[in-house]
Amino acid sequence: MSLWPLVLGTIAGCYLLKLAGYFVPSRVLDHPQVRRLVELVPVALLAALVVVEALADGRHIDWNGARMAGFAAGAVAVWRRAPFIVVVVVAGLVAALLRLA
Amino acid sequence: MTAAPAERRAVVRDSLSVGAAVGAYGFAFGAASVSAGLSVLQTCLLSLLAFTGGTQFAVVSVVAGGGGTGAALGSGLLLGARNMLYAMRLAPLLHVRGLRRFVAALGTIDESTAMAVARDDDDLARVAFWWTFIGVFTFWNLSTLLGAVAGSLIDPQTIGLDAVVPAAFLAFLAPRLRAGAVEKRVAVGGASIAAVLIPLTPPGVPVLASCAALLLAGRMR
Repeated sequence: MSLWPLVLGTIAGCYLLKLAGYFVPSRVLDHPQVRRLVELVPVALLAALVVVEALADGRHIDWNGARMAGFAAGAVAVWRRAPFIVVVVVAGLVAALLRLA
Repeated sequence: MTAAPAERRAVVRDSLSVGAAVGAYGFAFGAASVSAGLSVLQTCLLSLLAFTGGTQFAVVSVVAGGGGTGAALGSGLLLGARNMLYAMRLAPLLHVRGLRRFVAALGTIDESTAMAVARDDDDLARVAFWWTFIGVFTFWNLSTLLGAVAGSLIDPQTIGLDAVVPAAFLAFLAPRLRAGAVEKRVAVGGASIAAVLIPLTPPGVPVLASCAALLLAGRMR
């Protein structure tokens, strides 16, 4: 499957969404309910992405020890409000070192 | 209303340092994208033209998991819809006209919006928006390229990329979780839906279906 339709669709869609905010009169979209919906949808999606990325291998649940440990270390960094770069480095380093061991 | 030069310089400095901070994330995106099967060119085009980190990450994550174009695009655009609200918020602050609107639209992302709306002064808000855009755009695209090249040279598992990606999504989610109880409920709901559906549905569906957790938000207040 070519990935070009997806790449071009993502580019067009993301840009048009941004642009729409400058052209659509704000009274059309600026309802508290719409605002809340758009705020909450990413919360559900991001939580799902965390679970899928941490646990799934296709349609299987895959408990990979090194990945789990790296993710857990990254999660602690997030909880401690570490800067983004620390989260990324800690998660990667822990998983990488465990694989070397 | 024009702000003092010293104030403007401070805002420019802060804005550029926000840009530098996204570098690590861009590197992870570049590596994740090529390991999902996108080419270096496709990866770099996403960063240049879609230019919205969370959405780009979600799209390549669904592809990496074996999800179809529809599921990947659906998840990405649902995440990208927040940029439209940012644009509505920024439009009266930026006073952009003509062609500049099309450039401002590209730069309408989490970071530039947060930096702009944090100012009480419209002039400083504009400085913050444009310089955060410039900083993030520069670092995001350079680090995407580096990550994509690195990811195509070495096995991303050896640098622990598979642990970095879920941690990155968690870092993205965390400030939203701290916003309130409804957010926490929706997050737990979304995560549970995804976990249950992983073995039951085609890849990509668990992510999209997590939106049903919004029903847990009650009357959305």
